[in-house]
Amino acid sequence: MSREPVAVVGVGQTRHVAARRDVSIAGLVREAAARALEDAELTWTDIDAVVIGKAPDFFEGLMMPELYLADALGAVGKPILRVHTAGSVGGSTALVAANLVAARVHRTVLTLAFEKQSESNAMWGLSLPVPFQQPLLAGAGGFFAPHVRAYMRRSGAPDTVGALVAYKDRRNALKNPCAHLHENDITLEKVMASPMLWDPIRYSETCPSSDGACAMVLADRAGAARSPRPPAWVHGGAMRSEPTMFAGKDFVSPQAGRDCSADVYRQAGIAEPRREIDAAEIYVPFSWYEPMWLENLGFAEVGEGWKLTESGVTELDGDLPVNPSGGVLSANPIGASGMIRFAEAALQVRGQAGEHQVDGARRALGHAYGGGSQFFAMWLVGDRPPDR
Amino acid sequence: MTPQAPPRRDVAIVAFAQTRCRRRTDELSEVEMLMPVLHEVLRRTGLKTGDIGFTCSGSSDYLAGRAFSFTMALDGVGAWPPISESHVEMDGAWALYEAWVRLLTGEADTALVYAYGKSSPGALRKVLTRQLDPYYLAPLWPDSVALAALQAQTLIDAGRADEAALAAVAARSRTAAADNPRAQLTAPTLDGGYVVAPLRTADCPPIGDGAAAVVLAAGDRARRLCPRPAWIRGMDHRTEAHSPGVRDLTDSPSTRQAAERAGAFDRPVDTAELHAPFTSQEIVLRTALGLDDRVAVNPSGGALAANPMMAAGLIRLGEAAARIGRGASDRALAHATSGPCLQQNLVAVLEGDPEGDPGE
Repeated sequence: MSREPVAVVGVGQTRHVAARRDVSIAGLVREAAARALEDAELTWTDIDAVVIGKAPDFFEGLMMPELYLADALGAVGKPILRVHTAGSVGGSTALVAANLVAARVHRTVLTLAFEKQSESNAMWGLSLPVPFQQPLLAGAGGFFAPHVRAYMRRSGAPDTVGALVAYKDRRNALKNPCAHLHENDITLEKVMASPMLWDPIRYSETCPSSDGACAMVLADRAGAARSPRPPAWVHGGAMRSEPTMFAGKDFVSPQAGRDCSADVYRQAGIAEPRREIDAAEIYVPFSWYEPMWLENLGFAEVGEGWKLTESGVTELDGDLPVNPSGGVLSANPIGASGMIRFAEAALQVRGQAGEHQVDGARRALGHAYGGGSQFFAMWLVGDRPPDR
Repeated sequence: MTPQAPPRRDVAIVAFAQTRCRRRTDELSEVEMLMPVLHEVLRRTGLKTGDIGFTCSGSSDYLAGRAFSFTMALDGVGAWPPISESHVEMDGAWALYEAWVRLLTGEADTALVYAYGKSSPGALRKVLTRQLDPYYLAPLWPDSVALAALQAQTLIDAGRADEAALAAVAARSRTAAADNPRAQLTAPTLDGGYVVAPLRTADCPPIGDGAAAVVLAAGDRARRLCPRPAWIRGMDHRTEAHSPGVRDLTDSPSTRQAAERAGAFDRPVDTAELHAPFTSQEIVLRTALGLDDRVAVNPSGGALAANPMMAAGLIRLGEAAARIGRGASDRALAHATSGPCLQQNLVAVLEGDPEGDPGE
């Protein structure tokens, strides 16, 4: 049996900020959804089903928000599904929505992910002491810092690489009106002089806490044919999970991430990702994760990822632009961050990325990860329909 | 221009297991509660974790009292080497739906679905108020029984039921549960007076902890794994407006809509497993689905006999499939609900192959 090709025909985001006190949670998601519909030139009645995602319910203090959000998302009388796969959720949500179209269960699906972090304190929400469990040590940074240190030791990367990533992403964000952080006076020196939070991660090398939502309208071939703007076609998508911790786990380059990208490349017919992919939106919540994921995703040999960063390959005008949107380092509405990566990849191949457009981008990767580097979701989108 | 709806792939429930639902399981973590049912469905099908094409689960952080609680369950599943896996923060019935869609794409031939919930550590009625509109409803803390009572009173006011009719539903469910070794309540409960009028103790579900697991398989794979697979002929879910104030609580249009799209009305079913935690809700659902006395409703005892949060909906699908598996049903309807006063509903239609016909 054949899958129905899936196209992204609409993308909408909020302007991500520290606190959207002017809107309710419903208002926030409605804003992104309405923009995606507007982009697709569709109305609420054109939508067959809604798939939403977000990180833990504790972040807003709202249990199972698909119930309360049914009205705001025009889902009354329709199916609404809520996905939760930790930090990778924005990506997983898009993939679940894409499968509804691929399986020909629905023709036009609205997918949306959000977080309104200002409703709570995510860092402490992530640091609950649980009996008999490894403590996460003051937020996600405390968990990931040792793995960054392990990467530095293994690869022999110079200490400055992390700052280079942050400096690049924050400058890219200046070209993205939706990005949370717009640091007009950013300099490399300022990044390197910022306070050390979780050694070796400095304040300017961490993601912000954001309120924001991201939505996409996904459609089948017929929907794509009616699309007023060029669609982005899904050429491959996959999810992989592995346990949080176990003897032999490689936190620097988890097997689940390698398997996930290999599956996506196989579906998309990509043999050499570094050569065949024109832009990548990768989930980099702490600067050092750019070189780490470049290796995990097969863009660089083991131990060589930092060289791509250092030599400017990942700059907006480089050979493989990474996070032209400014990435998670410039906007992090946690549950939405993965979907923003997926949506930004789609914007690139649609030629709709505005000032942060990568010239001639025809194939782009969207990537998300979560939990203890254990949940991965990725898709590869192209400007043409898939061959098979 | 697009050839819509080519023949769907045949997907079936081939194994089901559930824990006995218990009021408290203080000695067990969620993972420890879940593991036996995971092992049971794998043993029955002879599959190993590594043979499973896709895994999907349903659970709630609000019940577990910690963020990312589902990750601990995943550790128990044994996701190594890495597996293709997803999770919904919903009843496991919706995890089954996601897995079914995944199998329909042809990307996987088998799926493991599980769900679990421990209600005992917290005050469930209070916890569930956190599902409500956080600005206008949740601050009033209307609890799940109070909202169900509002629905029951609406039903009574409309002349569609009286307290005796509710009591009859309770008695029939608990009597049926006597044959269900997994049920929490297996005898008619004594009338303990009103919990919230007009709902009495007997009209309300027991609070308990439990877990369930299901294996799905496609086509010939299903036939090899199970003597009589329960084929999913259709499945759909629909939601309604959130505010109870704007809904007709005596009706369940979303259930009817889902049932229509699942093909439930194409031919009569002989069995219906309805996820109706409150007696009044069974009456609403029976009417919405047009079920008459010829249909065996909740032969397991239903949610009135065991209602482990996040798993009770999946258990309805599992019970219906198990009944088909043992030849007690040929065509069954399974229903799951979520949210206050039956806000969101899922309906699946399951069928067994005709006896003596192992299918094409």
